[in-house]
Amino acid sequence: MKAVVTVIGKDRTGIIYNISKVLAESNANILDLSQTVMQDLFTMIMLVDVGDLTCDFVELQEELDRVGINLGLSVRIQLEAVFNAMHQI
Amino acid sequence: MGYMKNVLETVRMIEEQKLDIRTVTLGINLLDCADSNSEACRKKIYDKITSLGENLVPVADRVAAEYGINIVNKRISVTPISLVAGATSDENYVEFAKTLDKAAKEVGVDFLGGFSALVPRGFTRGDLRLINSIPEALAETSYVCSSVNVGSSKLGINMDAVAIMGDVIKKTAYLTRDEDSIGCAKLVVFCNAVEDNPFMAGAFHGVSQPETVLHVGVSGPGVVKSAVERYPDANFSQLAEVIKKTAFKITRSGQLVGTTVADRLGVPFGILDLSLAPTPAIGDSVGRILEEMGIEHTGGAASTCALALLNDAVKKGGIMASSSVGGLSGAFIPVSEDEGMIEAASMGALTLDKLEAMTCVCSVGLDMIAIPGHTPASTISGIIADEAAIGMVNNKTTAVRLIPVVGKDLGDSASFGGLLGEAPVMKVNPSDCSAFISRGGQIPAPIHSFKN
Repeated sequence: MKAVVTVIGKDRTGIIYNISKVLAESNANILDLSQTVMQDLFTMIMLVDVGDLTCDFVELQEELDRVGINLGLSVRIQLEAVFNAMHQI
Repeated sequence: MGYMKNVLETVRMIEEQKLDIRTVTLGINLLDCADSNSEACRKKIYDKITSLGENLVPVADRVAAEYGINIVNKRISVTPISLVAGATSDENYVEFAKTLDKAAKEVGVDFLGGFSALVPRGFTRGDLRLINSIPEALAETSYVCSSVNVGSSKLGINMDAVAIMGDVIKKTAYLTRDEDSIGCAKLVVFCNAVEDNPFMAGAFHGVSQPETVLHVGVSGPGVVKSAVERYPDANFSQLAEVIKKTAFKITRSGQLVGTTVADRLGVPFGILDLSLAPTPAIGDSVGRILEEMGIEHTGGAASTCALALLNDAVKKGGIMASSSVGGLSGAFIPVSEDEGMIEAASMGALTLDKLEAMTCVCSVGLDMIAIPGHTPASTISGIIADEAAIGMVNNKTTAVRLIPVVGKDLGDSASFGGLLGEAPVMKVNPSDCSAFISRGGQIPAPIHSFKN
């Protein structure tokens, strides 16, 4: 099962480090990653495998949310199915 | 790059444009709870709702978290209670409403609909008892919603029911006068009521529905408004295309969430209701979409045309996105629940007469409109009759949810809280129609109802 992590906010050092640390600790494997910085706005999208999580999906979501608040960023994790449903026929 | 664009578009819809699922509504058949012993009947009702509905809220919350799309309301609809309580010899069905209220509270849903009667061609004993119990039932409960279907394109309009409902609305307003007559916000009078409506206050579980079923109602006026905003110079065919594409995406998210909740509850998925449902929050208004199209204030000239285009484009976009579309499906124009409409009504741009015209081209009807508390019952019945006639002749669902706010008049405002919002008291035409309403009897079905 795949999920998409989106991180949006002001650029700063350590964003990828902090987010991927949480993912690694929950055994969420990063499959793909793309990021850009436009006018200081950092935008990152990660595709992660959440099939073998060592914690509950909602716990991972809450942990990412906490990291996001600490870094002043919006961090979301959503199952990939929702994006496929909305953008593919 | 395309993938990234799609992901960011969805995230923007959720975070900035308030995309959410308005409701997942679990329909439960209560016909098998009928019992001549009224206490036994109520116990069966309570036990059935609390056992079949116990997982609805936790499952819906879980699915909402996983997909990252909020489900604003979790609701239950039940078989019209007049059909179930009619088996008892009770003269008054308020105790049934209290049982429904207790069950709704126990399972943690936001509303429970189905304190209802279907009377387009006349009343059963149970129908009349239920209708007479509505004012007290709504005053004594918090979660229960009530609806009465008074007409249909096939059967005509039961004008005796129309006359009674004017009184019922007045009594309900009086009994809940300490809270701006909020009881009336939980009561809808329909023509052509549908059996699979997930929205309140008009949801009930029709007799042609399965034992249990899960319906879903989407939202998303903010998403449509943002899409229209991006094309300020588009002509109408281009605008219709933009709205269709947006409605497709909104609907697909609702279809996914609805079918997932149904699967996990182990109940069949029923229908997706395509209605654009506004909330009082800024950026979640149907009125603002019309204004974005180029009308200064909702209610101004061209508002009906703009709403017709919006309603049709939403349906066309949504219908391909869902396996099963039903319910009311269109754009809602509930005044107190729509920030743009509240403003337009407050400044006098939006009137009751214009709203009536707008209901000809959208779902559902005159919805969540505060009127002076001294409005006569016969005038309320007259407004119901007009709206029912529009529904009957045009083969569409129409409804009236008026709140004659006790103690308030033009210039005042009524506040209902939460999703129900607040509304300025609107002017009602003062002409007397009591002689018309007191005729009683049945308005025959229109000629085009004979289709066999």
